[in-house]
Amino acid sequence: MSLLEFHEVTKNYLSDGQPVRALNGISLSVELGEFVALVGRSGCGKSTLLNLAGAMDLPTSGEVLVDGIATASLDDAGLTRLRREKIGFVFQSFQLLHTLTALENVELPLQLARRSGTREQALKALNDVGLDGMPHRFPHQLSGGQMQRVAIARALVHSPRILLADEPTGNLDTATGNAVLELLRAIAGERKMSILMATHSAESMSFTDVAVRLRDGHIEEVVRR
Amino acid sequence: MVRPLQREPLRTLLTILAISLGVAVVLAIEMAGDAAAGSFRSSMDTLTSDADWEVTAAGGVPDEIAGTIAAQPLPIEIRPRIEDYATLTETGQTVPLIGLDLPPASSREGVFVSKGLAQNRLRLSINDSTADFEILGVLNDATEPVVVMDIALAQRILGRNGRIDRILIKGPKPTLPDGVTIAPFGNRTAENKQMLEAFRWNLRVLSYIALVVGAFLIYNTISVSVVRRRAEIGIVRALGAARWMVMAGFIGEALFFGILGSLGGIIIGRLLAVGAVELLAATVQKLYVSSTPAPIILSASQVVLAFVIGPGVALAAAFTPASEASRVAPVEAMARGRGDYNVRTRKWRGMWFALAFASAAAAAARMPAVAGKPLFGYFSAILFITASALAVPALVDMLMRFSFERVFGIEAKLAARGLAASLGRTSVLVGALSTAIAMMTSVGIMVGSFRETVIVWMDERMRADLYLRPAGGAAGDRHPVMDPSIAAAIERLPAVEAVDRFRAYEISFNGLPATLGSGDLSVYRRFGKSRSLSGRSNEEIAGLLRGRDAAVVSEPFANKHGVKAGSRIALPLGSKKVTFEVVDVYSDYANERGYIIVDRDTLLRYLPSDAPSNLAIYLKPGVDLEAGRREVARVTAGKRVVMAANRTLREEAVRIFDRTFAITYALEAVAIVVAVMGIAGALLALVIDRRREFALLRFLGASIPQVRKLILVEAGLIGLLSNIAGLALGAVLSLLLILVINKQSFGWTIQFHSPAAILIGALSGVYVATILAGLYPARAAVRMNPIEVIHEE
Repeated sequence: MSLLEFHEVTKNYLSDGQPVRALNGISLSVELGEFVALVGRSGCGKSTLLNLAGAMDLPTSGEVLVDGIATASLDDAGLTRLRREKIGFVFQSFQLLHTLTALENVELPLQLARRSGTREQALKALNDVGLDGMPHRFPHQLSGGQMQRVAIARALVHSPRILLADEPTGNLDTATGNAVLELLRAIAGERKMSILMATHSAESMSFTDVAVRLRDGHIEEVVRR
Repeated sequence: MVRPLQREPLRTLLTILAISLGVAVVLAIEMAGDAAAGSFRSSMDTLTSDADWEVTAAGGVPDEIAGTIAAQPLPIEIRPRIEDYATLTETGQTVPLIGLDLPPASSREGVFVSKGLAQNRLRLSINDSTADFEILGVLNDATEPVVVMDIALAQRILGRNGRIDRILIKGPKPTLPDGVTIAPFGNRTAENKQMLEAFRWNLRVLSYIALVVGAFLIYNTISVSVVRRRAEIGIVRALGAARWMVMAGFIGEALFFGILGSLGGIIIGRLLAVGAVELLAATVQKLYVSSTPAPIILSASQVVLAFVIGPGVALAAAFTPASEASRVAPVEAMARGRGDYNVRTRKWRGMWFALAFASAAAAAARMPAVAGKPLFGYFSAILFITASALAVPALVDMLMRFSFERVFGIEAKLAARGLAASLGRTSVLVGALSTAIAMMTSVGIMVGSFRETVIVWMDERMRADLYLRPAGGAAGDRHPVMDPSIAAAIERLPAVEAVDRFRAYEISFNGLPATLGSGDLSVYRRFGKSRSLSGRSNEEIAGLLRGRDAAVVSEPFANKHGVKAGSRIALPLGSKKVTFEVVDVYSDYANERGYIIVDRDTLLRYLPSDAPSNLAIYLKPGVDLEAGRREVARVTAGKRVVMAANRTLREEAVRIFDRTFAITYALEAVAIVVAVMGIAGALLALVIDRRREFALLRFLGASIPQVRKLILVEAGLIGLLSNIAGLALGAVLSLLLILVINKQSFGWTIQFHSPAAILIGALSGVYVATILAGLYPARAAVRMNPIEVIHEE
């Protein structure tokens, strides 16, 4: 069953008043529990694809279905709800709020969604990523790897169906990066969660089930392992 | 330097506008003060030429003095004058009426008038009667409205038998008897100006508040600039820029704000002056001295002032952040990029400094006035404001620990954390708004207390049923009189129990104008009630005054002249100098010129004119007020007098009081507007600086209303913190205003009273305004594209 589907998706932007085509007729399906890597040079459309998948943006034409729901059919409140329920994000530069502790950062998506029992769920999420001993530390008291684990815990805490990761190892050394990828791979397997990850690194692809190579806004190659 | 400002035109505009308003208020008060207070010179000094001396006496200079002066072997020229006021019955306008020694051909029963006053005949209301005058000519030289008649005619119709109001002398100083005062010409103007000094001085100080609030905002703007351009500073330093160059860049930015702010301030100030002069002129006229507002003139010195205070305040406010910018270490700045200037905020050290400043402020508050000005009082206020600003970071830190989340949700938690994390910036914003709120609160409490004190005082003091005075415009220094037969006729009415004849004279004491008054002790003893500072009863005070050269003086007079019970004061009355013993001091809030009150019989011995200035009429018990009023109106028919019931007079007094203080409210409102504008600008900066956070929240599932709510809660928290700090500082400043500044400036004892309803209303208004100030920044936050923001990183 496909959790995420792209049907003939194009996305145009205006750059300095000139239209730029970021994605050109993309069709792609991500199955349940699949770990997919998006690879390609900068500007090839990886991040645009992630933003469309995360209901942060809408396609210019074509259709993006998240768990069977066409994002273009939703208004802003509907898109927000979709993100709250089905999507988790992990970023290259962690994007933790420095005014909140690790635990509070993880709790945040639940609180924004007005869920109850947030503290317990956040502690469990931290536990799942191996950070059970440092819930009250602030981001500046954590290492890069620990910060990315907190970010992953935050992305998982509301049990999304899809995890979107944009260069999650870009700011980490090789060993730490590999540990993070191992963690993501384990999560995809255990939770039957689909992961779509944008990456530059060829090494990262070895952790994924599928590698989608993008070039100038279209799919050049899909490699299944 | 200017390019970064162009990137945020709205915020730049808000900062310039804040400075403009601050400068505008200062200029408006200067211009309006000059126009309202400076003009009184022209009222009575109309048609005076290059005299050297002026001779005056309480109750008028006896005619024979002119002869005494003329007889002296000196090369002098004498110009006797009668000076009073008349009301044009047609328009109700009150104009100076001047009697001069005119050539015999002009001494007919007619008048000369200034241009545009009338054509052929003029009907004038003088004291309590009305008369028609033929116009003999037009005074083309008179710059102010004036009516001139022959001195003999003026003496006759004004009832100045054998007396002249002023003799102007050109030539050397003559020798004169004790009872008359000779002073350099222009002395009266100087006295009036000096009397108005305290009033103008206090307004002037108040007018600088908006500028102080503006200074906080410049500090904030430059600090934000320094933080944002930290990496840039590092790069230019690495490329060889000296520290002073970096500092000069930011100082230049502040100067840019200051100069443009001053330019705007001159334009806005000129516009504000029109409204201010109207309010000030009414106050000056009612409480101090007869005047007509002069044209508003923007003088060269005021333009210079604008260009000193605008850039001056901007430079002073920018110095610390600019100096911090110059100390940025290049490598660190380039590596770490944007930091937060809060890193340098040391809240607990600030708290200790705050305590030290507050202690110094308390000590300064105990110091006496310097040359009649509460300089230490103002200094104390500055120290208290500084102490408050230093204590704000600790207050912010403390209050932001409260769990606002429970009440307002996760948005409140994020807002509180955001504010606490930007402690330096938040503290400056709270400092600015709380200073404005403190001024509003303190002046509100002071005025509210004063109002309540005056109302209680009026309840005690104004006990007659009806009051009568000559018709015509009233002013602090005008004491028109009525025909004595009116009082006698009223006294004989069956409905009337008693009539108190109050007579007032304009005098000069120790170089300041004051009012010498006399009343009927027998009536005072029966009906009067005044609060003597010694606690003596009416009976006792009447006993001490009766038949003796003794006086009671009002509290403002006592404080202004350092007089107390037991002091002796010498007053020039007619041709004698009479020494009176001060037997007591009484509370009085009628005006701050001050009163000296003596027994009517005593004053008649020295100034034998029994025409009263006003009458207080006590009706017999059980007599209906309207019936009593009708009886009095019957006997005063045909006389130009105004009768007012007790209640009407009190309402009028409260109305005058409220109008007097309207200007202070206007000044506070401008300070609040400046502060709220600053909050809007600062929130806009905050949205730009924290755009990553807001974008991230959208990725994490925050809805647009949640992001908007976060900004509005943040604005609300700034408003709450400012209200708390402002209320605390305001309460302290109100005590300083009541017990020190007001007491030393005007001499009034004010009972503390907190106008809770007004304060709650005003504070709520400020709170709502602060939240509204967050609306535009909130709109800007939700319109940002989160994808673009996140990918900037």
